[in-house]
Amino acid sequence: MALYSEKVMDHFLKPRNLGVIENADGVGEVGNAKCGDIMKMYLKIDDDIITDVKFETFGCASAIASSSMATELIKGKRVEDAMQLTNKAVAEALDGLPEYKMHCSVLAEEAIQAAIDDYKQKNL
Amino acid sequence: MQIYADNAATTKMSNAAIEAMTDCMRNWYGNPSSLYTIGQKAKEKLEEARREIADIINASPREIIFTSGGSEADNQALLTAAINGKRKGKTHIISSAFEHHAVLHTLNKLEKNGFEVTLLPVHENGIVRLDELEKAIREDTCLVTIMTANNEIGTIQPIGEIGDICRRRGVVFHTDAVQAVGHLPIDVKAENIDMLSASAHKFHGPKGVGFLYARKGIILQNLIEGGAQERGKRAGTENLPGIMAMVAALKEATSAMEKNNKHMAKIRDHIIRGLSEIPHSALNGDAERRLSGNINFSFEGIEGESILMLLDQKGISASSGSACTSGALDPSHVLLSIGRIHDVAHGSLRLSIGEDATKEEADYIIESVKEVVAHLRSFSPVWRDLTEGKKEFILK
Repeated sequence: MALYSEKVMDHFLKPRNLGVIENADGVGEVGNAKCGDIMKMYLKIDDDIITDVKFETFGCASAIASSSMATELIKGKRVEDAMQLTNKAVAEALDGLPEYKMHCSVLAEEAIQAAIDDYKQKNL
Repeated sequence: MQIYADNAATTKMSNAAIEAMTDCMRNWYGNPSSLYTIGQKAKEKLEEARREIADIINASPREIIFTSGGSEADNQALLTAAINGKRKGKTHIISSAFEHHAVLHTLNKLEKNGFEVTLLPVHENGIVRLDELEKAIREDTCLVTIMTANNEIGTIQPIGEIGDICRRRGVVFHTDAVQAVGHLPIDVKAENIDMLSASAHKFHGPKGVGFLYARKGIILQNLIEGGAQERGKRAGTENLPGIMAMVAALKEATSAMEKNNKHMAKIRDHIIRGLSEIPHSALNGDAERRLSGNINFSFEGIEGESILMLLDQKGISASSGSACTSGALDPSHVLLSIGRIHDVAHGSLRLSIGEDATKEEADYIIESVKEVVAHLRSFSPVWRDLTEGKKEFILK
């Protein structure tokens, strides 16, 4: 059995929504280089709808796949709905992660939350 | 192209080893402890194997104990020196910061049982300093255990000089030579080695078999109690197919050692030169005093597991000291011990090439690593911060 599911490998080898959004409405960065994972999310939001999302990730294959999948799950969603995104949903959408890689999906959830928090701060 | 570049993890069994193993399974299946002819034939094969191993490292057959591998040999050597030392009131042990976990974890256990352990620094080049060893030895030091060659960065320790110091100071010297046996010439007498651990699968022998050399006069402590095999020092029916295959592999590796090392060092240096062209990268460990098959680099701004997974897609099997490859929180203790900070230790890659590596394969490896590093850096927020000047580069 391979280390990762086909979905994980697919998102790792062909990450969706890779890159940056200039003048993004919300930016969130979580993790640190000491631990070996950093995720940065950029959101474009119009009328409370996430119209575009991009990410940059420093980390292992499952960290890259988790960020990629998380962007897919929130793109086109209402901000309030995106806030409900859980790490479990990210992991399930990837057909599972190895137990010791679950923290990658947690990081993806936190990165989205951080980007939304940033958007809310800016729009108080 | 399929390139197996993880020979420090394990090697492919040689044809000679496979033949020796199957020959034993077919023809020498008796129990060496049985008294009838079939058993005694097996016993003959076992003792022949012991003589051949002893010859290769300049030991006596009685000084070789067959084990299940390097880890068992390390455990038995350390426990032996500790228990024998304690009887004389000596409970201090010296080792190095970047030993294999078979040694470090055994030392942890001994520390919990009242032993005091000093870990010598290995410095930026990954080599212990003799003056620091001299200074660390005390009246109550019962053991110095320092590996011959490091498994991650391949650096080779001055074993003969360490042996001299230990002999002069009356301290038992053990070396974990798992990465060295079959790859470097070893003479336990000339180098004043009291105990040495080896593992067959690192030199094209089978997994699950190795040996411990213990100089005459060292009273071995048992890890496994039972029958009278191995002069009562290691119970359990001998793994004769494994032992015969190990000897076949070691004989082959030893006779071709010089030629192999010359060839591999050339390929290694070619790869090192190629990878050095990658900006903000660094070779880990001394460039010269290293195993001829070992290449270990850190690349700033990226993480090692993703490097491995992408290289695997290109048919290259390699290894990394990143925490993400092991499920641990910290990256490799070896890379930390030579002063690589976490951020850079995570982005490490170990390539351990084999004797049959070619220049074409080396070029393909260089090309592939360059591509993979550039790809991962293209979407790394760390790399962005470094290139935009928001963060200082660690590797210049």
